[in-house]
Amino acid sequence: MKPLHRLRGMMNRRRALDVPPVTAERLDVSHGPILYIEGVSVSFDGFKALNKLTLYIDDGELRCIIGPNGAGKTTMMDVITGKTRPDKGTVFFGQTLDLTQMSETEIAAAGIGRKFQKPTVFPQHSVFENLELAMQADKRVWSTLFAELSGEQRDRIEEVMTIVGLQELSKGRAALLSHGQKQWLEIGMLLMQNPRLLLVDEPVAGMTHQEMDRTAELLVSLAGKHSVVVVEHDMEFVRSIARKVTVLHEGAVLAEGSMDDVQNNPRVIDVYLGA
Amino acid sequence: MSRTSLVTQMLTNDRGGRVFLAVLATVMVAVPVLNLLVPESSALHVSTYTVTLLGKYLCYALLAVALDLVWGYCGILSLGHAAFFALGGYAMGMYLMRRIGDRGVYGNPDLPDFMVFLNWHELPWYWHGFDSFLFAMIMVVLVPGLLAFVFGWLAFRSRVTGVYLSIITQALTFALMLAFFRNEMGFGGNNGLTDFKDILGFDLQSDATRVTLFAITGALLALGYVLSRYIVSSKLGRVVIAIRDAEDRARFIGYRVELYKLWVFVFSAVLAGIAGALYVPQVGIINPGEFSPLNSIELVVWVAVGGRGTLYGAVIGAVLVNYAKTFFTGALPEVWLFALGGLFVVVTVLLPRGIIGLAGQIKTHRQAKASKQSEALT
Amino acid sequence: MGFTTTGQRRFALNHPFPHFRPTLIVCTLLALLSGHNALADDAPPVAPMPYADAIAALKDRSFDLKAQAVDALVQSGNPLALAALKALVDGDLYYAQDDGRVVIAKDAAGGVLTTDAGSGAALGEAVKRDLKKIIINNTMRNQLRAAIARLSLASDNPDARLSAVLEILKDLTPEAVALLRTAREDEQSRRVREALDTALAIADVNADNKRARLAAIDELSASLYPEARNVLVPLAAKGADGEFVEPDAEIREAAAGAIRIIDGKREFYSTVETAFFGLSLGSVLLLAAIGLAITFGVMGVINMAHGELIMLGAYTTYVVQLLMPHHIEWSLLVAVPAAFLVAGLVGIAIERGVIRFLYGRPLETLLATFGISLILQQTVRTIFSPLNRSVETPQWMSGSLEINSVLSLTYNRLYIVLFSLMVFFALLAILKKTRLGLHVRAVSQNRAMARAMGIRTGWVDALTFGLGSGIAGVAGVALSQLTNVGPNLGQSYIIDSFMVVVFGGVGNLWGTLVGALSLGVVNKFLEPWAGAVLAKILVLVFIILFIQKKPRGLFPQKGRAVEH
Repeated sequence: MKPLHRLRGMMNRRRALDVPPVTAERLDVSHGPILYIEGVSVSFDGFKALNKLTLYIDDGELRCIIGPNGAGKTTMMDVITGKTRPDKGTVFFGQTLDLTQMSETEIAAAGIGRKFQKPTVFPQHSVFENLELAMQADKRVWSTLFAELSGEQRDRIEEVMTIVGLQELSKGRAALLSHGQKQWLEIGMLLMQNPRLLLVDEPVAGMTHQEMDRTAELLVSLAGKHSVVVVEHDMEFVRSIARKVTVLHEGAVLAEGSMDDVQNNPRVIDVYLGA
Repeated sequence: MSRTSLVTQMLTNDRGGRVFLAVLATVMVAVPVLNLLVPESSALHVSTYTVTLLGKYLCYALLAVALDLVWGYCGILSLGHAAFFALGGYAMGMYLMRRIGDRGVYGNPDLPDFMVFLNWHELPWYWHGFDSFLFAMIMVVLVPGLLAFVFGWLAFRSRVTGVYLSIITQALTFALMLAFFRNEMGFGGNNGLTDFKDILGFDLQSDATRVTLFAITGALLALGYVLSRYIVSSKLGRVVIAIRDAEDRARFIGYRVELYKLWVFVFSAVLAGIAGALYVPQVGIINPGEFSPLNSIELVVWVAVGGRGTLYGAVIGAVLVNYAKTFFTGALPEVWLFALGGLFVVVTVLLPRGIIGLAGQIKTHRQAKASKQSEALT
Repeated sequence: MGFTTTGQRRFALNHPFPHFRPTLIVCTLLALLSGHNALADDAPPVAPMPYADAIAALKDRSFDLKAQAVDALVQSGNPLALAALKALVDGDLYYAQDDGRVVIAKDAAGGVLTTDAGSGAALGEAVKRDLKKIIINNTMRNQLRAAIARLSLASDNPDARLSAVLEILKDLTPEAVALLRTAREDEQSRRVREALDTALAIADVNADNKRARLAAIDELSASLYPEARNVLVPLAAKGADGEFVEPDAEIREAAAGAIRIIDGKREFYSTVETAFFGLSLGSVLLLAAIGLAITFGVMGVINMAHGELIMLGAYTTYVVQLLMPHHIEWSLLVAVPAAFLVAGLVGIAIERGVIRFLYGRPLETLLATFGISLILQQTVRTIFSPLNRSVETPQWMSGSLEINSVLSLTYNRLYIVLFSLMVFFALLAILKKTRLGLHVRAVSQNRAMARAMGIRTGWVDALTFGLGSGIAGVAGVALSQLTNVGPNLGQSYIIDSFMVVVFGGVGNLWGTLVGALSLGVVNKFLEPWAGAVLAKILVLVFIILFIQKKPRGLFPQKGRAVEH
């Protein structure tokens, strides 16, 4: 009956032609964790990028993930956001949403936002337009064709521009921003998207100390209402925001705990900090 | 902001477009007047040949606008747009064939000449309905649109992008060309459809019909342009450009990239089909050669010459290159392919933004020179 | 048994013949044609007509006398007879107007080269005007073919013997059967033996002895000659009255079984033949695509002028043959390196002149190289005219390898299959084993790092592109042996080549090999029931759909590097 089922899926216009109404409403975090990664393995041509990784992120938590190069941090993000499908294992958003069965768009619509390692903004659009595009809104094709900004939405964009310090550059093309400004813009886009879970890959690369402090402040303030997962190399920055740190090594969790615990863990020192 | 204000804003921000629309309006008024009202002896008289030629250019311009929409804004370099153009053309051609009735060489009231020639005894099922102009016009829109929908649905869903997409679009038009060359397809094979007599009862050879067709083409070009402009200046247009520049980002902030691409692609294919339908009654023939990959790729160069991502650039490119083609193929036929080939190279290497971008390019070049000089001074 | 024992008649050779004796002649003729030696047993032995006399008798205006002379030639046992009879059937036998000498004339520049049919001595050039052709009629033509076949049966050349058997097979007289039976005894060649067995079995099928018949049917079931099947069909068929023609049910069943076996084998061999056609098409595709696999797969450059580089290779072959008209046999060996150089240099010029400004902009590269393809086409059209040029096929590439009577593989296709595999493995070796290959792979994986390591990336780009283009040129040499050489030659291959590369998986030469061969085979298997054009369309549609399913082709490259 599977083909018939699929056919019916295609016939359903809403599903076939527009973003299906998967929303955070169905998100069930009653047991505590918002993200369940269990036994996930991914391999590329024999290289195991993730090896039976099991990891839980609590609702409202701010978690830092560290690990040497090739530990599988970015691949983990790819798996959560649906860019890479795991060979084995399950990834659940809350109790009910199986992320391995959802498309990137569906995952985004369900309330997971991602900032890439390399800042990725829309270069030909202005700062304002970048934020407008990221804004939580009806993202179906026809609605977008006739979409007009309400005053409220305009205010929200202005607000976020102030938060990320780009209000002066509102009309400037994103391509012309500095590396740090692009990082901020991307964070601003995450804020506009207003996801329940934020995945932030190396947010402070290319930032000055002052900017780093502001980023730390922002991320800490987001925690609580949102869950935030930060992947970062900069230890100082991690210490400044971290409550709980997970160390990845060769695609699996090596250690987990407070920054101090982790730093004193002999295995961690061995493979990572010891160098 | 109300809808009308969006349209006004759209046109205020589009200086090139206003100029283009103004020129188009002038031509649309002047050409019929100069053809029909000014006596042939006058130097100002525009011959019917020229009217038809201009009408042909306008069809090409509409086709170019369609391609610019997908290539310039969506980043999809379709090397198969001629297929949609030709399908629209064939739909119109089939209607015109049915209009011939018993005025064909064989005088068969039920079958077009080529079917009589092939010893066919009844009209194939897919020719039914083309007696009706309305039905044919629906097909002009539906057939290219449907093909684009099916093809795009498959291609965009599996994230075929970039050169891969270009190559399979080329394969698509190539396959269609081979198919339409076959007599068994029932579209006149090699010779295509021709010898048309009238459209809606108006003699296709008469000056008035020709001028009317020209005017309709101009009006539809203007309409196509305004619709396209509306799309690209809406939020949808911004999403589409965002997809062009950073597809993954667009996906991760929740846009179903494949559906955006799909709808723009389908709209573009429909425009191309309409352009084809306008083209056929004016040139009087449609044959499988219109599907040839060369046509599609030549179309790309029109847009590249004019400057992609501007819409009016596509119009300028289409008219200029085709004027050059008319000139060269008349005066120095062997030079034309050299010129066209050279155009491809020169435009891609030296003029990535086409003629429209030339001014900007010169400006940045001057600025760079100036800043270098000032650096040297300090 | 020999021919010399059969009836002979000596004629007065002064012509015209005054003592014409129709009855005797008819009898003799019958005896000769049937090969039956009854007459020889009864008639008093007569001295055989000498060879030279028989040759002279061919000039006679009476076809009957000519026919007798032909038989005399056959029986003379003279080794020159075969050449004379062949010349006669080919219309190359003349006699001189002046001295009446019978000569074999071969066309040569300016006139004809003549050989004395009687002595075999070369007579030098002659003018056709001085010669008179010896005319034959259709009856004689048949007689001549049979005569030639009999003579050829004793030939040293197994091919000649084989065609002789096949000729005799068309009309099996009891005498011929006896002849074949003798020949079978000391036949060495397996192929000729098989043909002989078939012939003898055909003769035995309608014998009186049931066991012999069954044995013959069994023998025929192993034969693929159409005659074998033809003789079996009536045995298993019903006549017009609805009754079986053959009364013996056992024979009927055996014949039906044999027909089934033959049909099965024929089907098998025709499948093998289709597969071979497919492989040969596939290797053409491989040759055309493999250069593209390098420029597109390894360098990421879309070269739409690739087809025109193939065309340049084909034209290089044409020019090479123009330059060495007397050494056509060697021309291809010269053309391969020449085409490699010509196309390679043009490729390097394209890379240095245009493509290097467009790295990282694949769509622009596509357009620019398309422009170049137009320019190259028009250049060739201007230099060589828009008409097709004919490239000659050397002797060693024409003809075919006959596996059995239903399966023969043409040499040109066979060589092209081998050649394309050679090119493929050579290229693989270059990329795997040489320094250039190492650099190419380094640059294709990480350009910046390669540059940092001191690799001259620009130089590597140019050489890689030159290599890919050069191979396109080599493909052109091969194509010149299969299709017309014209300015549009390249266009017809470019889309197919891209399809192969994309289908096989970009950046994977093995994928290109598998892709090319499988597309070729699929295409050829579709052709019989869909027709060539529709087969092509179906393959294109298949690939379009395939790419939707597997956007990275059959053998995709995996890993993070590909994702970003």
